[in-house]
Amino acid sequence: MTKDEIYPKMSEAIVAGDRAAARALAEEAVRSGFDLPEVVEKGYVPGLQKVGELWESGEYFLPELITSAEAMKSAMAVLDPHFNRRDLAGQMGGKVVIGTVEGDIHDIGKNLVSSMLQAGGFEVFDLGADVKLERFIETAESVGARLICLSALLTTTMMNQRRFIGLLRDKGLRDKYKVLVGGAPASRKWAEEIGADGYAENAVAAVKLAKSLAGRS
Amino acid sequence: MIETRKPKLELLSKELVEKIVDEGLALLERHGVLVENAEALDLLAGAGAAVDRASGVVRIGRKIVEECLAATPAVITLYDRSGRRAYTVGGDEVHFDPGSAAVTILDHATQSERKATTADVVALYKLVETLEHLHFQATALIATDVAPAVADAFRLYLGLCLSEKPFVTGTFRVEGFGPMKDLLAAVRGGEAALRAKPLAIFDACPSPPLKWSNLTTQSLIDAARAGIPSELISMGMTGATSPTTIAGTLVQHVAESLSGVVICQLAGRGAPVIFGGSPSSFDMRKGTTPMGAIETMMIDAAYAQIGKHLKMPTHAYMALSDAKVNDPQAGFETALGAVIGALAGINVISGPGMLDFESAQSLEKLVIDDGLCAMAYRLLDGIAQRDDPIALGVFEGFTPGMSFLTHPHTRQWYRKEHIPAGLVDRDPYEAWVTAGRTSIVDKAHADVERRLAAYAAPPLAAGIRQDLDRIMAAYAKALGAGDVPVPRL
Repeated sequence: MTKDEIYPKMSEAIVAGDRAAARALAEEAVRSGFDLPEVVEKGYVPGLQKVGELWESGEYFLPELITSAEAMKSAMAVLDPHFNRRDLAGQMGGKVVIGTVEGDIHDIGKNLVSSMLQAGGFEVFDLGADVKLERFIETAESVGARLICLSALLTTTMMNQRRFIGLLRDKGLRDKYKVLVGGAPASRKWAEEIGADGYAENAVAAVKLAKSLAGRS
Repeated sequence: MIETRKPKLELLSKELVEKIVDEGLALLERHGVLVENAEALDLLAGAGAAVDRASGVVRIGRKIVEECLAATPAVITLYDRSGRRAYTVGGDEVHFDPGSAAVTILDHATQSERKATTADVVALYKLVETLEHLHFQATALIATDVAPAVADAFRLYLGLCLSEKPFVTGTFRVEGFGPMKDLLAAVRGGEAALRAKPLAIFDACPSPPLKWSNLTTQSLIDAARAGIPSELISMGMTGATSPTTIAGTLVQHVAESLSGVVICQLAGRGAPVIFGGSPSSFDMRKGTTPMGAIETMMIDAAYAQIGKHLKMPTHAYMALSDAKVNDPQAGFETALGAVIGALAGINVISGPGMLDFESAQSLEKLVIDDGLCAMAYRLLDGIAQRDDPIALGVFEGFTPGMSFLTHPHTRQWYRKEHIPAGLVDRDPYEAWVTAGRTSIVDKAHADVERRLAAYAAPPLAAGIRQDLDRIMAAYAKALGAGDVPVPRL
């Protein structure tokens, strides 16, 4: 296939959430020696943008959204070993540390955001659920992430989002990181109140916010 | 007289019930359930289940499940605090209790949710004590002004001090069970007396899909040994943590619940267990778990039908809403749930007062919902033949100007056939305007105030009260939680 033939198919595979096709097309692009950053930008990213539009227009629901994100991840898994992430500065968002805060075992919402961030080109370090606050910082420090996302489903554990900001301040690291908060009880007002850098009400909005905070929107 | 038909809702055909149960058993046999509790794994291995110690996965054969089901009582009798009034939990008896366990309360003055304090919990217990259609109390609010470590025992302690009704409750920590059992036994005058006359039901939630955590498994074991009824709260979310089809979620519900039954029966043969749940239709847009969705209520009614087929008492989280304030959505979701749950003959229906996906309680909603429960009970009473002939006698000496209002037949029957309006508005328009266009929420608030002012503590022997205070204080001290508030009566 030529680039003009393969790019629309890549986009379609993402929109359809077809993991096998997304992977096979990526393998073909590698074999054909195509410029891989261009493949991502012109092949896969338009598909992901279309998925975002379908979500926002109410056409797509979570199963479609997440299956598309998974398709994107399976394509990226093929492409990743073949290029340096820095080549992708245009589309990629950088490194993100994400997890559900300590005391809270709810991870559905966090998993959605994690998947969408990965699909959106971020390198995601997902620490899972019930994560000690110190671990977010240790991980961010060691991998060189600049964005930290904290999820909480309970009003009781939501307090740990506030504690986390305090912890960053105590360590003199507050200005080094952008902190995003999410989860059922969180809100824009809450983010402002505790001095976080942002709040998003769903996974699509979270990716947009992360991109804008990373200066790549 | 012709016998009165008790209205009954059954959503599943007998064939579908049997197929769902069969697949649930197959699921336990083939894939098993993850049990994160060493004692339970020992019990299961001892009974012949295939236990993989490394992973904690237990495959349970049909024969074990069937034997355990046969040992499970079909009916549980709960008794109030005095031990005098008995409540049958089984058959098609229906009992409503407040939805639990909320962490916030909807503040009437601000119309916003805020954290609940001890004062709110006390008000809720006092209010529920006055609401005649809520047969049970629930530890429905969590006080955030006491140390979290003692929160589970503390809310039961307060309730036992303030209310005569049986409780639906549960533990937050493995260590919470001991003092909670001690509190209940103190009321009865010993553990044997508590076993003979259960005063509280303990909820235990498996984690979907197909997992029993250490905390909930221990609660099942401890409760079974003490003869305290456990309520199994399986809670698959369609398409998120269980199959997206309603029938598919029911299969998982059966497997999770039956594994709970097995753990209970192996811990204490003949242990009282309730086939309950809090499953929900998963919202594919918001990622939330709507309790007011019609599909959620369909799952509830259906698993209750399956529970009855298995000859177990039943429970569901119904008669509650996902609305954030007492708006029309709060009313219709709650009413739909109360009516469907009652028609399905669910024995314990937890929900009244509850808003916002099981996270908030509202005192105003509790009194509004009490009226809804009254309507559900009226519906269940059905349509009776009161006289024979039915009406020909009333029409004897009929003239066109005849007044039914003054007819002795009316005085004889109207109070039995029709329930009072309660807080519901039935004013003619002009009267409603003249009275200040008052909404049901405002009327409910006034009713809450009136009821709280009129609350009189049901008498409790001084010795029992001292025991409760002593047990609670000792537990708080042992955990370094400091002094806990002591309710004055």
